[in-house]
Amino acid sequence: MANIEQQSKGGKQGEVRYLTPLDIDTKQVKKYCRFKKNGIKYIDYKDAKFLLYLVNEQGKILPRRLTGTSLKYQRKVSVAIKRARHLALMPYVGDMLK
Amino acid sequence: MVNNINNCIFARLKVKLKLLIMNHYETVFILNPVLSDVQVKETVKKFEDYLVSKGAEVVYKEDWGLKKLAYTIQNKKSGFYHLFEFKADGSVVAPFELEFRRDDSVMRYLTVKLDKHAAAWAEKRKERVKAFKK
Repeated sequence: MANIEQQSKGGKQGEVRYLTPLDIDTKQVKKYCRFKKNGIKYIDYKDAKFLLYLVNEQGKILPRRLTGTSLKYQRKVSVAIKRARHLALMPYVGDMLK
Repeated sequence: MVNNINNCIFARLKVKLKLLIMNHYETVFILNPVLSDVQVKETVKKFEDYLVSKGAEVVYKEDWGLKKLAYTIQNKKSGFYHLFEFKADGSVVAPFELEFRRDDSVMRYLTVKLDKHAAAWAEKRKERVKAFKK
């Protein structure tokens, strides 16, 4: 704490200074494609329980930027979810799915 | 004359090829929950017979039973799910789906062509279902 006070007193006016060095871990965990990693080649539209992982709680398909799925498999995911919706295995619009 | 012969050979080849091209398909359909067990069995049999009559080979059948729907269809909250897996020529699919549309008891249907990965997965799934039943 003494360090902070010293810093705040000793600093010239108008100069931006951090009181404490920012202790934010800036290294993010790298996202990965779960299909590539696990060697899943086909995404089954009949398995609604699994598809629930790729959907938000309103039943919307989660974007790639959140799930980390590669483009190749994201296309397959979207097709599978749309098929499941058609067969009433998943809702088109939902609430509190998770 | 030569052209004519060529045409003839080509036509024959086509017939031969047609016999060879058997695609792998999978169909899921939902039947009306109002039907009785006998009626359900009859309708399923009807569709299977139709496939067989068109020269398709029904590889696998699965009955998922009465399942709850994720949303209401025709004001119904549940339905009988059935799955067919069959090998057939592509020309069979369109008339087969027409049969579904003609039948009032079918609420939804979906026919999907299985590629090699899908077929591999289907095999795996079948084994799993078998093991589960035992």
